[in-house]
Amino acid sequence: MTTVAATGPPSSTLTARSLTKQFGARTALSSVSFELSVGELVAVIGPNGAGKTTLLSILAGVQRATSGEVTLAPERIGWVPQQPALYSKLSVAENLRLFARLEKLADTESAVERMLTQTDLEQRAGEEVGRLSGGNQQRLNIAIGLLSEPAALLLDEPSSSLDPRQRERLWTFVGGLAGRGTTVVFSTHNVAEAERYADRVIVLADGELLFIGTPPELEGTVGGDPRDFETAFVRFLHSRGH
Amino acid sequence: MRWLFIKDLQILRRSPLLVGLLIVYPIAIALMIGFALSSPPGKPKVAFYSGVAPGKGTISFGSQKINVSDDASQLLQSITPIRVHSREAAIAKVRSGEALAALIVPADIPQQIQSLVSTGVGSPTVELILNSKDPLERQFADQAINARLADVEQAVSKQVLRVAVSDLQQVLNGGSIQFLGQNVPLLGLRNSRTVLRGTIASLPPGSPLRVALQQVVGFADLAIQGLSFATPVLGSIGTPLTVNRTELAGSTTPTDAYAVAIAVIVSLMFLALLLAAGMLAIEREEQTYLRLVRGLISPGRLLSEKIGLAAACAGGVTLVMAACVSAFVHLEWGRFPLWMISLALAALAFGALGVAIGALAREVRAASLLAFLMALPIAFVALVPANAVSGGLHAVLDAVAFVFPFKAALQAAGNAFNGSAPGIGWPLLHLAILTAVFWVIARISLRRFAQ
Repeated sequence: MTTVAATGPPSSTLTARSLTKQFGARTALSSVSFELSVGELVAVIGPNGAGKTTLLSILAGVQRATSGEVTLAPERIGWVPQQPALYSKLSVAENLRLFARLEKLADTESAVERMLTQTDLEQRAGEEVGRLSGGNQQRLNIAIGLLSEPAALLLDEPSSSLDPRQRERLWTFVGGLAGRGTTVVFSTHNVAEAERYADRVIVLADGELLFIGTPPELEGTVGGDPRDFETAFVRFLHSRGH
Repeated sequence: MRWLFIKDLQILRRSPLLVGLLIVYPIAIALMIGFALSSPPGKPKVAFYSGVAPGKGTISFGSQKINVSDDASQLLQSITPIRVHSREAAIAKVRSGEALAALIVPADIPQQIQSLVSTGVGSPTVELILNSKDPLERQFADQAINARLADVEQAVSKQVLRVAVSDLQQVLNGGSIQFLGQNVPLLGLRNSRTVLRGTIASLPPGSPLRVALQQVVGFADLAIQGLSFATPVLGSIGTPLTVNRTELAGSTTPTDAYAVAIAVIVSLMFLALLLAAGMLAIEREEQTYLRLVRGLISPGRLLSEKIGLAAACAGGVTLVMAACVSAFVHLEWGRFPLWMISLALAALAFGALGVAIGALAREVRAASLLAFLMALPIAFVALVPANAVSGGLHAVLDAVAFVFPFKAALQAAGNAFNGSAPGIGWPLLHLAILTAVFWVIARISLRRFAQ
């Protein structure tokens, strides 16, 4: 059963309707629906195998849903896979330039400059990607996802390989994006991160959407006096049989 | 697709060690294989028919008899003879592929040799029929028989020379010969001249015999001088046998050119396979595949780009290689457009096989290893001579070779380099079909990339 909080988006950017994904007999996603607003920062959380990556892949157009639909065309959605999808033998600028050209952007060089500035990688523009730190690689990974100035950006576990300082810088950057009107959806195992940075959370378990709402609303559904959001989240899953 | 192509070239440019190895290693392997195959060891199977009846191989020369059959038997030492009872049976053995060649000795060869050594007229001829379907096998048999034939010729001419010189020396210097079981003394020209000069000296001046005997002495002088020159002249009977060669399967690829074709195609195969497999697998290893096919480029076009890249690099390198080798081995520059077409189609077919491997393996290391492991068997299966294995096994090897591009590529390149049979059209069509088939296999395999 899906729990949808009362707070709805003021103007929707991305809507998913009854998304279902079957892998043979296994159901990876089961009739998942939600509507996201402009500039909203949404976390997708859930236990391993919940369907988080599958949901993001379908939203990004990387995988096809068995049934259901996504209202925003894949070309208007930026996608940042979990592992940096970059050419390690090319420089930062060459990676950006290549993808800008493949995106058929009108002004390649200005797009490269813009992303170098946004991600604060100007000083590293000529450096080979393979020699960058994990944090800088992830920033470039995100920059490529943002090249076409998408209405929505999907981030698959963006902070999983970063140290705390790099995570902090990442979320500052992502928060800035949302502040400029980009709808950001990210999946994470780090529930505390979801509570701290997300406007709303989507809780998935075994392919089923169990909850969509703000972190305080999730805490409210389990009642009592949970010590923290993570405890509330675990109680919530238990209460739903997971 | 252009930008991806440029990106791949940039990546290759930044891996000079890898690119160097990719070029040097296959060329080294190719040259070794090419030249090793151009001089295969062992004894070829040759159908052998001798029309000379047992005991009839003797010729008379001067005071002695020579048994040429004994010398001719040396011919069989360098071959594995399949003895047959007629010329037709020998040819049938070659046609069926059971023998690489047929060596036919006519019944009148002793008489032909007798005529040559007695009168200097005639050209004793043995017949050599070669199966020219495979240039390596043809050269293999030809070399083996030619080498031994030279030995036979030398042995026969030595015997002839020894007898002739011995008899001449007796004519010049005197001695004895066996005639009807009796030892008959020979005076010799020099002794005769001495005797005559003594006789002339003892004659009274003005004797009419003196003039006549002077004429005989003059003749003896001339004969002695003439016969002194005859000894080296006899040495000219050094090649008493002529080989009449016939080839059963039309024109052939010269062996050197064939070795070059092998070397070029082996290099091309390694380069195209490894590049195509590696450059496709790198898209997955760098996690960029999904990003690319999410609307930036279709999987089919991505495959075509990788095949094109591998074909351009491999085709270019091997074209230069063939051009360089042509300084040492004759290749027909007049057919240069065909060189390009055959190498281009061969490179595309190997590139397509490479992307199929890359799509199956998914990781660069696994793709490279798999491409490497497949390359040599693909070449060897296509190069196993028909005569080296049983008929059934050869049919199986032929079938395996048919589904890979090596054999067709070799035929196309061999033809392009010197215009030899069996023609270039079918191999090129074969390569084009294989390119399409491997492209489809790769496209299906790519579905696993998205998982």
